Amino acid sequence: MLTIATGNKAVAAAVKEARPSVIAAYPITPQTEIVEQIADYVTGGSLDSRYIPVESEHSAMAACIGASVTGARTFTATSSHGLLYMHEMVNWAAGARLPIVMANVNRSLGPGWNVWAEHTDAFQERDTGWLQVYVGTVQEAYDATLMAFRIAEHESVLLPVMVNLDGFVLSHIMQSLETVDLGDFIPPLRLPHAIDIEHPRGYGTLTGPDEYFKFRWDIERSMRDSVRVIEETQKEFGKRFGRSYGFTEDYRCEDADVLVVAMGTLGKEAEVAVDNLRKEGVKAGSMRIRWLRPFPELDIAGRDVVVIDRDYSFGWGGVIARSLKAKYRVEPFSVIAGLGGQEVTFDDIAGFVRDREPGKEYWFGVNA
Amino acid sequence: MTEIPKEEYILKCTSACAGCSTSLILRYVLKAAGRDTVLVIPACCTSVIQGIYPNTAMNIPIYNVAFAAAAACASGMSEAFSAAGKKTNVIVYAGDGGTVDIGIQSLSGAFERGTDFLYICYDNEAYGNTGMQRSGATPIGARTTTTPGGKIHAKKDLDGIVAAHNPPYMATACSAYPQDLFKKVQKALSIRGPKFIHILAPCPPGWRFSSEKTIEMGKLAVKSGMWLLYEREYGAVTINGPSKAAMIKPVPVEDYLAPQGRFKGISKEALAMLKSQAEKSAKRLKLEADGVC
Repeated sequence: MLTIATGNKAVAAAVKEARPSVIAAYPITPQTEIVEQIADYVTGGSLDSRYIPVESEHSAMAACIGASVTGARTFTATSSHGLLYMHEMVNWAAGARLPIVMANVNRSLGPGWNVWAEHTDAFQERDTGWLQVYVGTVQEAYDATLMAFRIAEHESVLLPVMVNLDGFVLSHIMQSLETVDLGDFIPPLRLPHAIDIEHPRGYGTLTGPDEYFKFRWDIERSMRDSVRVIEETQKEFGKRFGRSYGFTEDYRCEDADVLVVAMGTLGKEAEVAVDNLRKEGVKAGSMRIRWLRPFPELDIAGRDVVVIDRDYSFGWGGVIARSLKAKYRVEPFSVIAGLGGQEVTFDDIAGFVRDREPGKEYWFGVNA
Repeated sequence: MTEIPKEEYILKCTSACAGCSTSLILRYVLKAAGRDTVLVIPACCTSVIQGIYPNTAMNIPIYNVAFAAAAACASGMSEAFSAAGKKTNVIVYAGDGGTVDIGIQSLSGAFERGTDFLYICYDNEAYGNTGMQRSGATPIGARTTTTPGGKIHAKKDLDGIVAAHNPPYMATACSAYPQDLFKKVQKALSIRGPKFIHILAPCPPGWRFSSEKTIEMGKLAVKSGMWLLYEREYGAVTINGPSKAAMIKPVPVEDYLAPQGRFKGISKEALAMLKSQAEKSAKRLKLEADGVC
């Protein structure tokens, strides 16, 4: 069905389609609309789920953990300080190998108090064992949320998945949305370690170094296996519903001399910049990174790379720029832009490309 | 006489300390709850007693979760079981630290939401698992590793806090009265909604008394009026027999404190405060039981 929706409503609509048994959530700007919409679905009877209105995000993830370990499909949504408040349980969910799906509406961290888009919140959960996908459109928010359940619950993965969408610039803008009739795209969840009264087990018990080490390796092994599962899932989604996705969304990259690498809505904005640059004779392309974990293989060798980070690791650099430098031995032009919802237009992005200085870091809008 | 089932859900040879009342309490809790039960525990002595991976000392599923998260985790579990049409008992078994301090937010949230579960706080009046640091449940005057001069703050009124949430059933119990405890757990589990039992768990290494005196110490706590046994069903208070007797003819508080190293050298002021708090609690409870307030 074709409709129009905000990014938040698209996520809620996908959750309704995926039918989790238990949803536990706490409202936080700019995610609030997701949990309000889900509460409305549950109250109105169009979604047969248990909705637990918890008293904090720490409890939201704890409740999802408790529900998930019984073998139930679970969902929560958060943002910014909410995500940081649940950080302990975010780690716990991955360590406990529970396929929880969470939408995170990317927002900056205070102080200074700011409710607008930034990826730093989710980046603080990079090393927890969660898979992370970043979307650029309302449609993609919907599609990625649906695929997240299937990927998380796949027997080769059994790790939680975080779907990230930019605060306000995606969560609150309206675009066209085509919803799907899901059919059997997401099979019933079969959690091998679900609580079983007939076969009692101890969960989360004290674990010595040798066993703990194996658990960590198992997370990494599943993270590696998830590459195949993501590819298969995205391929099948395309086959069934006509929209296909990759680890990156590449736009006019084939013959590009210079690539703009960004995430989320800035990655979509870069496509307009690329079109305009092409008209000027600059052979530019946009490579929007969708999956941060597992981190994708990128075809960037031998080209100029302009990385726009809507994040920063203080005393180190833009995280994506530094990651590409380390992984591919390139010298990107590292642009730090869009923090705290700073407006970055396609004209600005075209400017980054024109004025690029490989190996340099540039803070947009700041005399740095 | 109450018939206590022979089935054991806590297995032999756990890593509990000698004379541990917590494992004794857990043994009776699980006998009362039966096989179709899941325990949720935050960091506490029980996370040591449950054993080291891949072994478990429990004959029922036990979910060890992060310190502040037990009640919220139980909320999710309870809803998921219910959604799946299962009647499984969800019991949080948490120490005083995980209850009165770090876990109180999630406890309050779960009670306010009406989660169908039983929350048990076994109270050894300190952070026993990590070597006896003070908790919000440590009584005034007690020496712990973080209150080496004796605690200067009063024990937090956990029961008052829980009562303010109006659960359908709440009770206190003590490891020295296992039949009373057994019946209370059974009664609690027969009621839908959030239930709470606060159980005094004397701790030989923490309280510094000889490990064969665990039962005696629990009895002295009740007989001196330092621990009150009662139930609150839909708001109506019933004082249980041992505490009724103690209200008429208590043993001196000093008899309870003297065998415990933690109260050695307690100041006159702290002792007076302890006594006065116990008297006030008993008086208030009696008025409630008599329907006066």
